[in-house]
Amino acid sequence: MSIKTYRESIIEAMVLEMRRDEKVFVIGEDISGGRGCGDFDGEAAGGPMGLTQGLWAEFGAKRVIDTPISETAIMGAAAGAALSGLRPIAELMFSDFFGVCFDQIYNQAAKFRFMYGEQGATPLVIRTMIGAGIGAGPQHSQSPYSIFANIPGLKVVTPSNPYDAKGLLISAIRDNDPVMFCEHKALLGMEGEVPDEAYEVPLGKGRIIKEGNDITIVAIGQMVGIAQNCTSRLEEKGISVEIIDPRSLSPFDEEIVYDSVEKTGRLLVVDESNPVCSFGSWITSMVSDEVFSSLKAPTKVLTPPHCPVPAAPNLEATYLPNVDRIVEASDYLVNYS
Amino acid sequence: MQLSRDKLLDAYTRMKKIRVFEETMRDEFAKGTVPAFIHLYIGQEAIATGICVELTDQDTISSTHRGHGHCIAKKSNLEKMTMEIFCRADGLCGGKGGSMHIADLSVGMLGANAIVGANAPIAVGAALKQRVTGENLVSVAFIGDGASNQGAVFESMNLASVLKLPVLFVFENNGYAEFTGIDYHCGGGDIAGRAGGFGMPSYKLDGSDFFAVQEAAAEAVERARKGEGPSAIECVAKRWYGHFEGDPQHYRTKEELATIRRDFDPLIIFRQKVEEAGLVEGKDLDMIDEDLSSQVSSAVEKAKNSPLPDVKELTTNVYEEGSY
Ligand SMILES: Cc1ncc(C[n+]2csc(CCOP(=O)(O)OP(=O)(O)O)c2C)c(N)n1
Ligand SMILES: [Mg+2]
Repeated sequence: MSIKTYRESIIEAMVLEMRRDEKVFVIGEDISGGRGCGDFDGEAAGGPMGLTQGLWAEFGAKRVIDTPISETAIMGAAAGAALSGLRPIAELMFSDFFGVCFDQIYNQAAKFRFMYGEQGATPLVIRTMIGAGIGAGPQHSQSPYSIFANIPGLKVVTPSNPYDAKGLLISAIRDNDPVMFCEHKALLGMEGEVPDEAYEVPLGKGRIIKEGNDITIVAIGQMVGIAQNCTSRLEEKGISVEIIDPRSLSPFDEEIVYDSVEKTGRLLVVDESNPVCSFGSWITSMVSDEVFSSLKAPTKVLTPPHCPVPAAPNLEATYLPNVDRIVEASDYLVNYS
Repeated sequence: MQLSRDKLLDAYTRMKKIRVFEETMRDEFAKGTVPAFIHLYIGQEAIATGICVELTDQDTISSTHRGHGHCIAKKSNLEKMTMEIFCRADGLCGGKGGSMHIADLSVGMLGANAIVGANAPIAVGAALKQRVTGENLVSVAFIGDGASNQGAVFESMNLASVLKLPVLFVFENNGYAEFTGIDYHCGGGDIAGRAGGFGMPSYKLDGSDFFAVQEAAAEAVERARKGEGPSAIECVAKRWYGHFEGDPQHYRTKEELATIRRDFDPLIIFRQKVEEAGLVEGKDLDMIDEDLSSQVSSAVEKAKNSPLPDVKELTTNVYEEGSY
């Protein structure tokens, strides 16, 4: 056990799995960096956000494959490699770029098993960067996980801390279906206790971050930390909050949410995706369907407004759900009558 | 072909403005005043300028993440452009786009673009005006060597070719896509040759030399206006600085960085050519230099002192006002 960042945990998961299984390889743009630069023979980047640092030095260019800027070919090749028995980890540098290559994910990788039967197993991981908060602008800050989760055949995870990042990535690599692994760019430097050995955080298992009795807050990705920051302010108001991190959106741990809502009678979801057809609205819909009689107040979803992520820092700060909004919404639900 | 003195001074002004502007942005970035990553155009000034001096305001360009130079060469309003980079309310896009999304439709600048390669089809779309309404216009896509590998770029070249559209595919080969060299990323290594495969005239030329670029642009623009379809111009030039500001560039040697400044400075090359040919006197260019320094620093000061957008603007311009 030692203190590691979210970034280090992701790298460590890949290293351990690549050591364990030679079929695992990594492919993407500038994942080593420095190829084709004269006599330079090192790692220039290890990924633009440093998420593949050290892999090329240990595993070499056979299994750490830098590519031209060609997302359709990268994702399609990874899908084809997975269908053919390899276990690719393909990096889609920013999730916003899914627009360039979605056919290969949506119509190909995600459907192979259904269309072809068991022979269509597709053990593919797509690691991709989500999230607002660093001024990256409208085409580098989105969180399209609700769109990913909408697709049958595609699994989706959204780690909120270093421990889960490592365990979920190991599970994703060992899983025999395509998994969208959504890394949040604002969390890369976050530190936490992380075991040194390999371990799995199972896909489809949520976690109770904090127990409480009055309201259930389900928070996704970066929103988990923001929800945690509300705890003391809510306690000052006499509100005992239970916070759940689903960790994986597809498959989704419905039971952990139902059990909690049966106890608290109130549900607030905090979700960074666009509000229309957001993952949060799906959670509230399932809860209304399954445990309606436990509810003491309407369910509520907090998301950004229905607009792209702005470049201006003051607008971006307003865009994201924050402590004030969560406290206000919780207060409203707890005092609803 | 001889260019008029006015056109030469205009070209020099645009190139130098890009240089001074980008050097200033570099300083500002180092001071931490710029709200996001920026990708500098220094070293490639002759490309945007050589192309844009052949265009009118009705002609359009579509740009890239490295778009400041394109904006200036297309004669965007410098103050409003600077404000956009600083994400200010009065910026060209109200501060919601920032450095990688500056657009100025008033001068035919259809936008910088943070999705590599995405601007190529957009340029083709603008060129459709010639076919649909008979409008006389030329449309340019600026495309990096790295971007040349995107499917969208290949599809655009083919579409423009089969429809004979007035498009210039201007490939800015600065040798790098982020931290990857062209020797690694470009199959066949010959961007112009690949474009030629789509059946369009293609050039490969020295992109540090304004005159080389401008001459090819003039020919390609003329063909496009006559309805003879697209051309490709591969301009080989140097990226003086990192991929973005803050890139430590371990993958480049000190010698490379030193020699490019000496041997591939588009401004020095231009000065030498015009002075040797006796077309313009050095002191005329010096005067332009002085004027630009104060223009640029005043634009930057103004931008930094202007307000950020009102938070009410967060949800405006998602749809047409009143329609949603
Ligand atoms: C679709 C897409 N893929 C990847 C990126 C990340 N990215 C931004 S710039 C860049 C390199 C572009 O290289 P090139 O086209 O040669 O332009 P240059 O930076 O040299 O001007 C990459 C990979 C992106 N913005 N969009
Ligand atoms: Mg390049």
